[in-house]
Amino acid sequence: MPLSKNDLDAILLTLELASLTTVLLLIIGTPLAWWLARTDSWLKRPVGAVVALPLVLPPTVIGFYLLVSMGPNGFFGQLTQSLGLGTFTFTFTGLVIGSIFYSLPFVVQPLQNAFEAIGRAPLEAAATLRASPWDSFFSVVLPLARPGFITAAILSFAHTIGEFGVVLMIGGNIPGKTQVVSVQIYNHVEAMEYAQAHWLAGGMLAFSFIVLLTLYSGRSHKMRAL
Amino acid sequence: MQVRDIPMIKTVQRSLLGLALLFTGGVAADEVKVAVAANFTAPMQAIAPAFEKATGHTLVASFGATGQFYTQINNGAPFDVFLSADDTTPARLESEGATVPGSRFTYAIGSLVLWSADASYLDGTDAALKAGQFRHLSIANPKAAPYGLAAMQVLDKLGLSEAVKAKLVEGQNITQAHQFVSTGNAELGFVALSQVYKDGQVSSGSAWIVPDTMYDPIKQDAVMLKQGANNPAAAALVEYLKGPEAARVIESFGYKL
Repeated sequence: MPLSKNDLDAILLTLELASLTTVLLLIIGTPLAWWLARTDSWLKRPVGAVVALPLVLPPTVIGFYLLVSMGPNGFFGQLTQSLGLGTFTFTFTGLVIGSIFYSLPFVVQPLQNAFEAIGRAPLEAAATLRASPWDSFFSVVLPLARPGFITAAILSFAHTIGEFGVVLMIGGNIPGKTQVVSVQIYNHVEAMEYAQAHWLAGGMLAFSFIVLLTLYSGRSHKMRAL
Repeated sequence: MQVRDIPMIKTVQRSLLGLALLFTGGVAADEVKVAVAANFTAPMQAIAPAFEKATGHTLVASFGATGQFYTQINNGAPFDVFLSADDTTPARLESEGATVPGSRFTYAIGSLVLWSADASYLDGTDAALKAGQFRHLSIANPKAAPYGLAAMQVLDKLGLSEAVKAKLVEGQNITQAHQFVSTGNAELGFVALSQVYKDGQVSSGSAWIVPDTMYDPIKQDAVMLKQGANNPAAAALVEYLKGPEAARVIESFGYKL
């Protein structure tokens, strides 16, 4: 298989990025989705709109604003510099942050839908049976929302694997750190290395298809809420 | 009674027809679609209005990386003329029969500059580069952009390739390489002189103009593509680029001819 070291590094890096982003987004997204599902506050609409922004914004817009704000003259960059962390452009951490923004709605929205579908009845029943809010969340809400969590995880993982525009703007094409598969394919095409582009692109296509197929056939028995 | 008979609809239709007719005037003028290497963005934006005024034709320019344009042209991109950042890509297109034979010419010779957005960072020499006190050095992707390749040649000549390897960040084209430096994310970077130079001096930040001897000359060739063969606007553009007004603009941006 004519994949160079850079190509293999790119694949590993992409898988790392997608996994880490998915895990972090599930941690961040769950409370956010829960709040959005349950709140009656006037903030629900604006927050929901901000969460949905990455769905409609071109990734290059997200990437551009990240480039400017994470740089030494930007708000976020100056914050990280004052904390002694330097700037996050051209780093894997920066990519993770970018991916979190980029894939946020793909996690929050399925979770929010799943939480809303549960309704109030099961939680009220649990409360009458003396379950504390935390207890009822873990023993009632999470199991009922499982299809939502699976969808959120699949979408976030797949979406981050395909991330290109954001990485292009803030990555700097550094092998092993920010050179993900989508950028590497682009590099090969630009350098007219079509054979390697085919191997990488075809490989990712096959991988994505197999992952989705496996996960969808696993879910078909439980297709209720979604 | 049909919708189209309603009086207001008729008025709208007539107004739209009138508007459409207004815009189809100027039948004598043709349009030339040019693919322009990213480093030539500013000069082309200066040349375009002058060209349009002088000839009455319309110029539509797309800016990007040379390597990218090569792939696009080979896959049927609708350009009439191609202004490359190097001389090998037009030659390759010529040998593949994608161009009008004999139309290739050098429209500019590029200069490389090490530039920082910080006006006090560079002192006109390569001292800061050798000192290595920076976190990121920006270059264009050497495989796709000749200015990136030239940057690597300079780093090799100075014996700094290994030392700066961990600090290199690559822009997809020279414009992005410049962007990384102008936003401050890279303290310095190798960019095209034309991007930071106007009327005899570096217009902002600080720079070290790299001596020509340190890299292979960046001869930038232009070529007429098959699509432009019978397009009078394309022929007019080629002539204009070889002429004195264009030469003045090109030189004012720091290119040589």
